[in-house]
Amino acid sequence: MKRKFLSTLASACLLVGSQYVQADRANGQHATPSIEQLWEIIQSQQAEIEALKKEQQETAQQAADADEKAEAAVVAVEEVDAKTAGVASWVDKTTIGGYGELHYQNIEGEDNDLDLHRFVLFFGHEFTDSIRFFSEFEIEHDIAGEGQKGEVEVEQAYVEFDLRDNLQAKGGVFLLPVGILNETHEPATFYGVERNDVESIIIPSTWWEGGAALNGYLDNGISWDLAITSGLEMPTTGDNAFRVRSGRQKVSEATANNLAYTGRLKYTGIPGLELAGTVNYQSNATQSNNDGLNEGILYETHAIYQHGAFGLRALYARWNFNGSAVSAAGDDNQYGWYVEPSYRPWEKVGLYTRYEKLYGARDQDQFDQWEVGANFWPHPDVVLKADYRSRNVDANSSGADDFDAFDLGIGYQF
Amino acid sequence: MFSSPFQTLVTSASGFLLLLCPCLVVADSPYQTSDAFLDEVFIDDVPAPQVIWLKGEVKETTADILGHAYPGIRIRYWGKDNRTAWVLEEVGKTQPITVGLVVNADGLESLRVLAFRESRGWEVRYPFFTDQFPGTRLTTGNKLDRNIDGISGATLSVRALKKLARLALYLHQQTVKVDDPTS
Repeated sequence: MKRKFLSTLASACLLVGSQYVQADRANGQHATPSIEQLWEIIQSQQAEIEALKKEQQETAQQAADADEKAEAAVVAVEEVDAKTAGVASWVDKTTIGGYGELHYQNIEGEDNDLDLHRFVLFFGHEFTDSIRFFSEFEIEHDIAGEGQKGEVEVEQAYVEFDLRDNLQAKGGVFLLPVGILNETHEPATFYGVERNDVESIIIPSTWWEGGAALNGYLDNGISWDLAITSGLEMPTTGDNAFRVRSGRQKVSEATANNLAYTGRLKYTGIPGLELAGTVNYQSNATQSNNDGLNEGILYETHAIYQHGAFGLRALYARWNFNGSAVSAAGDDNQYGWYVEPSYRPWEKVGLYTRYEKLYGARDQDQFDQWEVGANFWPHPDVVLKADYRSRNVDANSSGADDFDAFDLGIGYQF
Repeated sequence: MFSSPFQTLVTSASGFLLLLCPCLVVADSPYQTSDAFLDEVFIDDVPAPQVIWLKGEVKETTADILGHAYPGIRIRYWGKDNRTAWVLEEVGKTQPITVGLVVNADGLESLRVLAFRESRGWEVRYPFFTDQFPGTRLTTGNKLDRNIDGISGATLSVRALKKLARLALYLHQQTVKVDDPTS
């Protein structure tokens, strides 16, 4: 900077000097200026230097002032943010989210169907860094009430505590740790307009209970869950006799004479891979004695592998029930499995096929089914779905027929 | 299995203990403080913090990477010898995840989760997941130049970390531009 300034000054001296010389030459005078003239030049230049210096100092001061004002303004904004943190903290610590899905179904032999299957809102609140609340409030089939087809449900409402970095406990109403979809079922996360049938008929997803749970995880990707909860209250008579899905009490004044116990072991130590197994023990699957259905145990295992564009999901689940009536009905073993390979040729498009085999309590719940379809994600949180299904029922009867169907759906989460 | 009174006793006691123990001991968080992270990165010689202002193209690109505007008008970072450290936050499903990132001339040097508050997706905290990030660079479209395999059930947490990796790499490029006397 200083060097540049001196260089400029020297140039100015030469310029002014040369102007004097040229002016003298033009006037026919002697080319060399006198001492007085030189003194005048120096004084003039000194005045200019002083003026430039002053101007430079003022500019620097103005720049410093501007920086100081800008910094002060930013600090003030940040301080205002901090001061209003008390007001904003409740908002900051309270979260809202949700998801929903609209389905169109065209099933052979049935009326076409358009249904807002689910609209769900999440509400969460963080009391402290280690104590939080989470809830899921759901409306199914758009309208709920007497004579309506829909339901209003609270599927989750629990308080969770971090006991250690890798150990948590929770109490309240929560989703049981079983299967692939029961805990994670936002429509953008799975293929197919409807959820797979194994995780509807054998694992009665969405399956929630009230109780307490512990879960922990290790650095190597192994995690475990233990839960003590309310249990199933399955019917033993009627069209839905021994149907697991009809046994969900949904924590609505649930009979809790006999509790249920769930344990899960999961491995996710390799990115893209999940291996898990769950055992759920129902100490009395009807909540009452001497009705021909006593204990029940669910065994479930699944694998998920996603690497690049390729994906694979496979799940097996089986119920073993104990009791004279359930054995006599041939419903003491209910099981199902599916395999679902998928391929995502582009980031926004995924293709899949799924084969399912089921043996549930009702005739219409005993079938095998092929399904193919596609998901299109215009945004990571929005999905358009289409699929085609072909179901082959084991024994055709009234209400249990083979059918082909195609489905369309739109889903979203936020 | 159990007689009914015994079962009731055992289950009630177990449930009570499960619910009681959180009141007795709750964990401290985060897993690592920002200061400890910086001390580790710069080996106890942490440079003075600098800021990058979110204005113009930087602001627009930051919002494009995150999918929303960054909540602030400047982002603090620590830099030395073309190596920068960032402590950034992004919401996974419902809660913010605090992440420490180090970028050098060769790309992302490390990514570490400093605080994780979500109920699910804990896997993203651990090296078996975060080890996929070192060496990652940005493509011309501000995407990561390699595939990051996800975690089932933790899609949103994984997405949040990928966004922060992209953001740190992009901001590092901007700091280099600012520091470059020829630019």
